[in-house]
Amino acid sequence: MAGAKEIRNKIRSVKNMQKITSAMEKVAASKIRKAQIQMQASRPYAQRIRRVIGHLSHANPDASHPYMRERDIERVGFIVISTDRGLCGGLNVNLFKTVIGEIAKWQGKKVDVDLALIGAKSVQFFRRLGGNVVGTATHLGDKPHINDLIGSIKIMLDAYSEGKIDRLFLMHNEFISALSQRPVVETLLPVSMISETDEELQEHWDYIYEPDARELLEDFLMRYIESQVYRGAVENFACEMAAKMVAMKSATDNAGEIIDSLQLKYNKARQAAITQEISEIVGGAAAVTG
Amino acid sequence: MATIQVDIVSAEGEIHSGEATMVFVPAKMGEIGIAPRHAPLLTALNPGEVRVLDTEGKEHFFYITGGMLEVQPHLVTVLADTALRGEQLDEAAALAAQLEAEQALEGASEETDIARAQQELAEARARYRAAQKLKGGR
Repeated sequence: MAGAKEIRNKIRSVKNMQKITSAMEKVAASKIRKAQIQMQASRPYAQRIRRVIGHLSHANPDASHPYMRERDIERVGFIVISTDRGLCGGLNVNLFKTVIGEIAKWQGKKVDVDLALIGAKSVQFFRRLGGNVVGTATHLGDKPHINDLIGSIKIMLDAYSEGKIDRLFLMHNEFISALSQRPVVETLLPVSMISETDEELQEHWDYIYEPDARELLEDFLMRYIESQVYRGAVENFACEMAAKMVAMKSATDNAGEIIDSLQLKYNKARQAAITQEISEIVGGAAAVTG
Repeated sequence: MATIQVDIVSAEGEIHSGEATMVFVPAKMGEIGIAPRHAPLLTALNPGEVRVLDTEGKEHFFYITGGMLEVQPHLVTVLADTALRGEQLDEAAALAAQLEAEQALEGASEETDIARAQQELAEARARYRAAQKLKGGR
């Protein structure tokens, strides 16, 4: 039986750990709310730009763009959004499983995959695993900015324009609720637009374009895709915080259990020491008097 | 008095939404003023100032770093960029992302090495602890 003092030290160290995990839980819980607000804030832009592109392709069918045309697939691109930091349960692992599944599926069809990685964890993972990584962006912090994402997106868009890749997918975690997140795969390119038929669009009309319809369409599509990736990054951040909250809560609970069992052990050890002392005293007294 | 709905949004949030009697924007080909029932118009925006004259005659100013503009007869939508853009800046960002990828994968980045070492240390420590427990256990 270990000494009472050692057990006491152990209890103290577990308690300290528990303080840390419960603090992390609370921090994550407060950040979820902020991330959700960010998620909602990114929605109007995406809606409006989608509507404009809808109008544009409706009003001017001639101005079709490579981004909107399907073509034969010889090579595909993935943009994978993971977290920057760990301690968030199985969140990244589940996402990577999905990504690997997708990669295997394409490779089975003799289609190679280019990867653009967002988030330090995905960079670490694919560094071990291998894979053709063409761009990364890490350390986005608590509030992802489009600035940090533009580079990786541009690489993929250029590759698509030059015909190096024929399809572009976005993979990240979807925020269903604070307790449930799941990996999703979305097609970014070709842009599958948009069969909204507004009442008012029935009659033929067209915009005045300044300078040029094709150029504008390209600008709109680029921004549309960027806003999609940005939304993915924000959503993934909300997922990270939710998963972290759950993971840290269970870590805190586990630490509580360990403390309980150690406390029991400590009490037993103390009891044993006292019993032993008493029996030694009694024994000693008996030897003296006897 | 006729009014026109003005929405100014960026990808990171909504900036302004409301009725107006007149809107001025820095379009690519020069500043334009948009009154209600303007013809449908689509254009890119330069960095500059968007002025919105609301129904009470008050002027609102917004600085944007560029973006896109859609005009419908009853609706003006300004899709503002959150970042300074331009062909060269985008190229630079793309190059930076690529370099970062190469560095991370070649293992030149200390940071990932430290993270991996820490992980291995944690694994070793856990294994040691488990071994001790087995030795000391009943």
